[in-house]
Amino acid sequence: MGNAPSASRLPLAAIAFTVIIGAILFFLMLPTLVVIPMSLGTANYIEFPPSGLTLRWYVEYLQDPEWVRATLFSLRVALATTLTATLIGTLAAIALVRGELPGKSFIQAMTLSPMVIPHIVIAVALFLVFAPLRLTGNFFGFLIAHTMLAVPYVVLTVSAALQRFDVTLELAALNCGANRVQAFLRVVLPNILPGVAAGGIFAFLTSFDEATVAFFISGIEGKTITRKMFEDIDFNLTPVIAAVSTVLVSASLILMAGVQLLQSRQAGKR
Amino acid sequence: MSDISARSSPSPVMTRLRSVLASPSAHRYSTALSLGLIAPWLLLLVLGFVYPVAKLLAGSLFDPGFTLVHYQRIFEQPLYLKILWRTIQIAFAVTVAAFVLGYPIAYAMARLSGRWAIIVAACVLIPLWTSILVRSYAWIVLLQRNGLVNNLLTEIGVISEPLRLIYTEGAVIVAMTHVLLPFMILPVFSTVRSIPDELPKAALNLGAGRMTVFLKVILPLSLPGVFAGALITFILALGFYITPALVGGPSTLMMATLIGQQTTALLNWPFAGALSAVLLVVTLVLAVAFRRALAFSRGFHDVG
Repeated sequence: MGNAPSASRLPLAAIAFTVIIGAILFFLMLPTLVVIPMSLGTANYIEFPPSGLTLRWYVEYLQDPEWVRATLFSLRVALATTLTATLIGTLAAIALVRGELPGKSFIQAMTLSPMVIPHIVIAVALFLVFAPLRLTGNFFGFLIAHTMLAVPYVVLTVSAALQRFDVTLELAALNCGANRVQAFLRVVLPNILPGVAAGGIFAFLTSFDEATVAFFISGIEGKTITRKMFEDIDFNLTPVIAAVSTVLVSASLILMAGVQLLQSRQAGKR
Repeated sequence: MSDISARSSPSPVMTRLRSVLASPSAHRYSTALSLGLIAPWLLLLVLGFVYPVAKLLAGSLFDPGFTLVHYQRIFEQPLYLKILWRTIQIAFAVTVAAFVLGYPIAYAMARLSGRWAIIVAACVLIPLWTSILVRSYAWIVLLQRNGLVNNLLTEIGVISEPLRLIYTEGAVIVAMTHVLLPFMILPVFSTVRSIPDELPKAALNLGAGRMTVFLKVILPLSLPGVFAGALITFILALGFYITPALVGGPSTLMMATLIGQQTTALLNWPFAGALSAVLLVVTLVLAVAFRRALAFSRGFHDVG
């Protein structure tokens, strides 16, 4: 493709292929790129390219009590989900990778099923059960729903780390007189920690970006940032949404860069 | 970590290690401990997933006695069959579009190295990590009446009147393809990457043209990845809610949006349950096929 011999032998095909690749990459990046200049434009409607630059929409976002409340609610839910999902998911991964479990393949399939079942079905079902219990628009309702959705991602990342872990190290620790808990905390855990941390970031993003379930189990008071965005996109398309979008994109990029870093560290531990 | 393995290397320790290794209990946690470790997750899974979904589905069958009337309604009224058929068609169109656009990118990602590989990978991963609401919003901005695409086309003189792009089936397909494209690219990328370099080189040496090498060597060997990517794209597309709800209009109603309407606007829970059951059956049939495809591609990895 890009290398010299093929380019000289087949210049036209190589150029055509490069152009096609460039066009598809442009299609992939376009929506993300469009949002950033729009959030900085001066006009109070969608204007591209913007005629002047301003931070007004960011200020408006931070001064609107509803946006701030939704952002803080989402952050609280996502942080709590990160803690519960990382703990529950790591324990489950240890049992699934290292334990003697009856019906293990069935439990594995069930563990991954929240990823395969359409989220609309989960969302509607949770709404049906949560509404009479007053768990809609409620912090604990969201914690249950989002932890359930995030654990499969934690199990996948931590299982991968556990499978890379060399069991002889743990056996050596046991052999040198450590008990099971000590061997786990001082030998296994430090080795799988990058995987656990990556799982935690996935859990945070799963909760913070989750839109379908949040749309159905949000209330007037307890409302996530994704539900607030959905309402505003549907009813009034202001550049504040572009400002919020830019903040969200930056936040996820920083977090995912963290995951990449952790995973390359984990790979280095092989 | 390295000092522990250094300490364990003397031979008396190794022989004792081997005897510990021989007993299964040392490197496998006991059933009781394992059940204890996984219990919180199983409890959450049952309370937050199995029970609600079961209740929703059971509600479609008992109203209050056993009845199939809600299922009858889906299969007797042409409107609902039309929506089901449209959902499958849109999911299929999205899968085909994701394959056509995704394969060249996956191929380039697998064959490039250095800085260009990082740039292509970033272009694939950045949208994947961007909130689905941000991306749906961006497509509305691009496709609306006085949006970017219409303005550009008017300015260069292709059209004199703005086209109606948003709230159409085309808009739904474009936006959903964009959202799901990474799910096609990543599995294809991993299979193309696992093809040993010697195979296309051998074919070239034996006199095959580049096109022949691609069609007869690379493409067939990457089919497990294409299959896996296509099924995951199709499954996700079938149950999509947010993007069609925002980018689509009444004429592009899909199963997920219909289920949402039945619960939030009409409060018809038994019917929503029946629609969910139909969507679930279609999805699960495909998920089983997906697992087969995964098993197939894993088997291929072992051979390679």
